Amino acid sequence: MNAIYILWLRQLKRYVRSRARIVASLGQPLLFLVALGFGFGPIFRRAGQGNYIQFLAPGVIGMTVLFTSVFSGVELIWDRQFGFLKETLVAPVPRILIMIGRTLGGATVAVIQGLIVLVICMLAGFRPGALGGVPASLGFMALIAILFTALGTAVASALDDFQGFQLVMNFLVMPIFFLSGALFPLLGLPKAMSVVASLDPLSYGVDGLRASLIGLAHFGAATDLAVLSVLSAILLGIGGYLFSQIQL
Amino acid sequence: MILAQNLTKTFGELKAVDDVSFDVAQGEIFAFLGPNGAGKTTTIKMLTTLLKPTSGKVEIDGMDPTTHQNEARKRFGIVFQDPSLDSELTAWENMDIHGALYKVPRHIRHERTEALLKLFELWDRRDDPVKQFSGGMKRRLEIARGLLHTPKVLFLDEPTLGLDPQTRNQLWIHVKALNESEHVTVFLTTHYMEEAERVAHRIAIIDHGKIVAQGTSQALKQQTGADTLEQAFLKLTGSSIRDEDANATDRMRNMARIWQGRR
Repeated sequence: MNAIYILWLRQLKRYVRSRARIVASLGQPLLFLVALGFGFGPIFRRAGQGNYIQFLAPGVIGMTVLFTSVFSGVELIWDRQFGFLKETLVAPVPRILIMIGRTLGGATVAVIQGLIVLVICMLAGFRPGALGGVPASLGFMALIAILFTALGTAVASALDDFQGFQLVMNFLVMPIFFLSGALFPLLGLPKAMSVVASLDPLSYGVDGLRASLIGLAHFGAATDLAVLSVLSAILLGIGGYLFSQIQL
Repeated sequence: MILAQNLTKTFGELKAVDDVSFDVAQGEIFAFLGPNGAGKTTTIKMLTTLLKPTSGKVEIDGMDPTTHQNEARKRFGIVFQDPSLDSELTAWENMDIHGALYKVPRHIRHERTEALLKLFELWDRRDDPVKQFSGGMKRRLEIARGLLHTPKVLFLDEPTLGLDPQTRNQLWIHVKALNESEHVTVFLTTHYMEEAERVAHRIAIIDHGKIVAQGTSQALKQQTGADTLEQAFLKLTGSSIRDEDANATDRMRNMARIWQGRR
């Protein structure tokens, strides 16, 4: 337990100390919110879908959590290159606990980033339907964060260096984001697109966020919760296994 | 205390460690010497659970690192050849994480951290992030950290690389003292022959993955008819330079060097 806590704390300390990284990582969601939110707002309204900022904000929060958590998982490559990974791998702690500590640390950071973006969205005019929805949305943020940190860790366990990182971003994270319904409603999509979206884990994350924040759901909050929980457990298992197989 | 029997590790075609056997007694200081790429670090990785042997047997204090990983890990401390600190954290935090991972109770952890940081003259800088440290300071911190959980076996993989003579001297004095007072078994690698001669009870020389000689510094010198350990080492391993990929110019220089040596 102590090992999980100390590694969780390490991730948090690293996060708090890298102010440049915090600011930099908020730039992208802000850009999406402003450019897309205000840019497409009028069209969205004319199409009879209401306020686009209201619709978009949960998507942008989901995006922030996705990017931060995958990046936290992939930080493993960083630790491998700069050596700290070795220090944890020779410690008399089962590797699964080390992996869980890292994952929870990364996920906590991602949730904090998500919360900051939620506040920014509210400053831009976003209004959660009911205040009671905010704690529920925190739960969904946590699930998205755990799922994708575990995914990042699993991928990073199999990579030796940063060469593969760009590949992960372009062929995994970007598609996961753009096909998730973070930016558009999933209703009435072409068949193929709708199938792809329903296979995208983030679709359920964003749907859960919308359900809790603005009371609008495509799959339904219960389905979202079930899918995210099961997938998180599976990815933690896979990530934990791949992590335990690391040889240096 | 440390046992290797017919230890072999292959990477594809390359036999990095080839049928290596040695036995280090409790309380012994054992130096493992060899040119670059000879298999020293690969051997240490297999002893410290970072790498699985292709074949052969290893034991740390009777524990097999391949099957009883955590039992084996509890028993050793290691200073790696390359840095393994978290440079965003302070010296104190790096020590504290280590102590927590090794389940050293909090008050003992704090006491020992203070004592070790004072010993290695890092106490005044304990709250500075490691990224502000010089190479020598980082090295000292790694060594202090490796000693925090009072291991039975200490692996030192080229611990003095890049240190000034003062720090090197300090380090070996401390290692010897630790060995004498707490009977810590030490397994070290170094390129400085005089260091090995000074601290090691027994020396093994490895080249191309095989142990070519083993014994006290005195015995190795007698065996090769050399005056110094450095000469004995060169006689046993040849004088060509073994950088993993030598280019044509390097090879020519080596040829020239060998030819001149024979004259």
